[in-house]
Amino acid sequence: MSTTAADIPASSRVHYLNVNYGIKSWLLTTDHKRIALLYLASITLMFFVGGAFAVLMRIHLISPQGTLVQPETYNKLFTMHGVIMIFFFLIPSIPAVLGNFLVPMMIGARDLAFPRINLLSWYLYIIGAAISMYAILAGGVDTGWTFYTPYSTTYSNTYVIPTILGAFVAGFSSILTGLNFIVTIHKMRAPGLTWFRMPLFLWAMYATSIIMILGTPVVAITLSLVAIERVLHVGIFDPALGGDPLLFQHLFWFYSHPAVYIMILPGMGVVSEVITCFSRKRIFGYTFVAFSSLAIAVLGFLVWGHHMFVTGQSIYAGLIFSVLSFMVAIPSAIKVFNWTATLYKGSISYSAPMLYAFGFIGLFTMGGLTGLFLASLATDVHLNGTYFIVAHFHYIMVGGAVMAYLGGIHFWWPKITGRLYPDTWARFAALVIFIGFNLTFFPQFMLGYLGMPRRYAVYPDEFQVLNVMSSAGASILGVGYLIPLIYLIWSMRYGPVASANPWGAKGLEWETPSPPPTENFEETPRVTRGAYAYAGEEDAHD
Amino acid sequence: MTEMAHSATRAALRHHFDDLNQQHAAGTLGMWVFLVTEIMFFGGLFAAYAIYRSLYLTGFEAGSRLLDIKLGAINTAVLIASSLTMALAVHAAQTSSRKALIVFLILTMILGGVFLGIKYVEYHHKWETQLVPGLRFSPGTEIPQKISLAQVELFFCFYFFMTALHATHMVVGIGILAALVVMAARNRFSANYFAPVEVSGLYWHFVDIIWIFLFPLLYLIGGRY
Amino acid sequence: MMLLQGVPIHPEQGSTIAKDVDALHFFLTGITLFFTALIFAIILYFAVKYRRRSEAEQPTATKTFLSLELAWTLVPTLLCAIVFTWSSSLYFRNSRPPRASLEVFVIGKQWMWHLQHPEGPREINALHVPVGVPVKLTMTSEDVIHDFYVPAFRIKKDVLPGRYSSIWFQATKVGSYHFFCAQYCGAEHSMMIGWVEVMTPTDYEAWLAGGTKGESMAQSGERLFTQFGCATCHVPENTGKCPSLVGLFGKPVKLRDGRTLIADEAYIRQAIVQPNSMPLPGYAPVMPSFQGQINEEQVLQLIAYIKSLASQEKTQGK
Repeated sequence: MSTTAADIPASSRVHYLNVNYGIKSWLLTTDHKRIALLYLASITLMFFVGGAFAVLMRIHLISPQGTLVQPETYNKLFTMHGVIMIFFFLIPSIPAVLGNFLVPMMIGARDLAFPRINLLSWYLYIIGAAISMYAILAGGVDTGWTFYTPYSTTYSNTYVIPTILGAFVAGFSSILTGLNFIVTIHKMRAPGLTWFRMPLFLWAMYATSIIMILGTPVVAITLSLVAIERVLHVGIFDPALGGDPLLFQHLFWFYSHPAVYIMILPGMGVVSEVITCFSRKRIFGYTFVAFSSLAIAVLGFLVWGHHMFVTGQSIYAGLIFSVLSFMVAIPSAIKVFNWTATLYKGSISYSAPMLYAFGFIGLFTMGGLTGLFLASLATDVHLNGTYFIVAHFHYIMVGGAVMAYLGGIHFWWPKITGRLYPDTWARFAALVIFIGFNLTFFPQFMLGYLGMPRRYAVYPDEFQVLNVMSSAGASILGVGYLIPLIYLIWSMRYGPVASANPWGAKGLEWETPSPPPTENFEETPRVTRGAYAYAGEEDAHD
Repeated sequence: MTEMAHSATRAALRHHFDDLNQQHAAGTLGMWVFLVTEIMFFGGLFAAYAIYRSLYLTGFEAGSRLLDIKLGAINTAVLIASSLTMALAVHAAQTSSRKALIVFLILTMILGGVFLGIKYVEYHHKWETQLVPGLRFSPGTEIPQKISLAQVELFFCFYFFMTALHATHMVVGIGILAALVVMAARNRFSANYFAPVEVSGLYWHFVDIIWIFLFPLLYLIGGRY
Repeated sequence: MMLLQGVPIHPEQGSTIAKDVDALHFFLTGITLFFTALIFAIILYFAVKYRRRSEAEQPTATKTFLSLELAWTLVPTLLCAIVFTWSSSLYFRNSRPPRASLEVFVIGKQWMWHLQHPEGPREINALHVPVGVPVKLTMTSEDVIHDFYVPAFRIKKDVLPGRYSSIWFQATKVGSYHFFCAQYCGAEHSMMIGWVEVMTPTDYEAWLAGGTKGESMAQSGERLFTQFGCATCHVPENTGKCPSLVGLFGKPVKLRDGRTLIADEAYIRQAIVQPNSMPLPGYAPVMPSFQGQINEEQVLQLIAYIKSLASQEKTQGK
């Protein structure tokens, strides 16, 4: 690396943040890095709105009769928590923020292939979010984020259509993001950057994008059929009018199961970057980790039926979906073992991103293994629709995806803002979140096994002890999420100025100044070796 | 001339691409990926259609018999012709013949307009004969008594949703063609730079192909022969 | 830990399958805890042993071992295969109701459970059954999708509108067990719960006798059969206008479009609600649809009556 603008302090240098000012320069930007920041601001807002609903739910559930609201309101709380967290936080989180910022930088490009489409996708997201917020403010929706028919088509008298419309529009935002990533990764890699030299984050983004473009349109059409049925009262899904309510579930889960992988695959990509950097090691088993992402993306499309084991689908369909679901566990296990093995004989630093990555690996392992209970037919019958499910997917999505998202935000924060955050606070917050998370969701595994159904506004007395524990954990978790919000905002102004590569990380994004110039690189970089070429490892091959 | 072509090339090249080849390849791949998304979009609908057709064969056949097969066939021919003119437009762009390009683009737009016009006539007729599900549905004596009206209504639900979705794509396509005509008039295309025409052509052909599937599924399944 | 006093490690084991399901559950719990602990332990061990001792420290390269990759691909594969086989055979076994079960009919509607015994007694949000006898529940919904869940019996099945689903259990202990609606169904979803009362056979007989003041389900069905005018056309001796229903239940029926269906509960329900959808050869489609005029409980009573006609034929045939 020659001496470049990297050594000139950010204040006296033109970069993407100070190249021009004013609201218009942000709202009309086509710079992928600015769009990433637009996403960061908007999804952070949605995260805290969705989180507020969760807090209200946990307060309500402290007492068996419910402490706070009527059952109708409670139903709206969990529905809106789900809709917001899934469609407006988890699905866009890592791809739209970190992916947007990093995909062009990691491949040595000046921007994504279609910058204006990228901006359009942010606007679609905002429009979708605005429509859903309208639905909330107008009175809310109570169908559950799964919109099961015929409840959603015929019986619910809440704001189903606006909510569906919001998710529909946001879906197109996600399709366009996926499209942009696929084309960019295919066509815009810097000279010398072959597929197997790419950082694993890019493999993860690529696999995620495939799911986004293949799955999202199916749920879009399914949700529009629900809306049509609601408006016209025709029997697409309502059996009273001749429809088939289970067809909805098939179409819905055909997308919504792969959507789980939209949430977790990017997190796996982040963890691969963080683990290697803070142990100064090449990833163990690069090709295995890369291909397991693709395997998860492909298999993810074949397992939707495991959400429907108790709907009365045939035993044989159940067997097939069960065996396929077990197969998804294998690439996930391969990843976990490879990350762990990467630490072997490394030089391990306990920086905040690394703590999040540790948390991710452990909690994802737990979340993944509890998935086996649900892939397995005999145990799923008992656990389906209980708090066990709730605990399982929160271990994957919060313990996994959110941990990875926070780890990634901390890891690339100096690159994004040009500032360092206070590391002690960051490590403290990571610890608080880890403890709060486990205290919130571990009791829910037990609740589910003991038989407490999910989506219950009131519950029998025998479940109270565990519910109180869960609510106590939630209060810790809530505080844990507020700490990073405070010190990260603080650091944007007062944090120490970051160098181009404060962690000693490898990867093209670290070879350009922090924050990067508008076109990312002064000249197109040439790549001569694989990712993770940490010292002493130049000659290591798979 | 070369000087001019050069500056035109430079104007067409967006800042983040290295050269026009890369830009062209990215644009084409982008459209293909988009079409994959579109296939999944219509695919979900086709899947739902297939399931209900197998469940409610008689109702779907009875519904299909109420469609105007002649208008459907004419529309099929119109769309195939428009695909031809679109292909000719792409060829004209590749060979830098601006006039031919504009003529073929406008012809394609006209054919698209004819399609939509005929579609409007069909929709209007359905409205008149009370075959619009949810809003105005009472087919009267045309449907044999033993056939469940709910099934026929479901057929029309699919008919309207699928054809309207397709027509929406046509409207978008005509809008894109109009933009291309303006760009062509401003001499933006040449043998060096015709990617927008080509990519829009892909889209147009795709929309035609969707119709090629819709026509038999909706109009021809009635088993009237 | 003190907090957890009184929290059981597993829900009450009240049915014949509960112990088997729990065994698998504990095996999976063992796997989960073992691997989670293993991964955390290795991370912790590496994190301490290979902690960065100086900023300039540069670790040496490690090669990827193919054998290691294969090992941690094959071990999970093998474990998954074991669990799949175990679980699927258990599920297969649990899915088949033993013959000669006691049958109870369940109707879910927003937001209560209606249960009816063939002998006549009806219950709301309660189910009385004898211990040690296989009980089959035939379930349907008046409105949205519900789900009948008895944690102590480890059974659960969605209850769908427009079709019948079934589930069975054999209680092993006298006592009261919660049942829940486990599929979100609207405002009072969480109040759609009740108790299974498992009784000794003698107590059950007494309870049944006490509840059988009115008519049995088949008798109610017979009354409806006349009330709805079915009896004027569906006469026992086939007149050619309508098929006779005597001996129909459980037999194959050939439809006009060539399909052959078994005349089970679902078939009869469909024939009542949407007769047009299943025209019979040799009969004009004159039967009106009873959709909207008849509720699910009445359909079940008619089915019970038609079923009783089948056994009548058997006794007559002797």
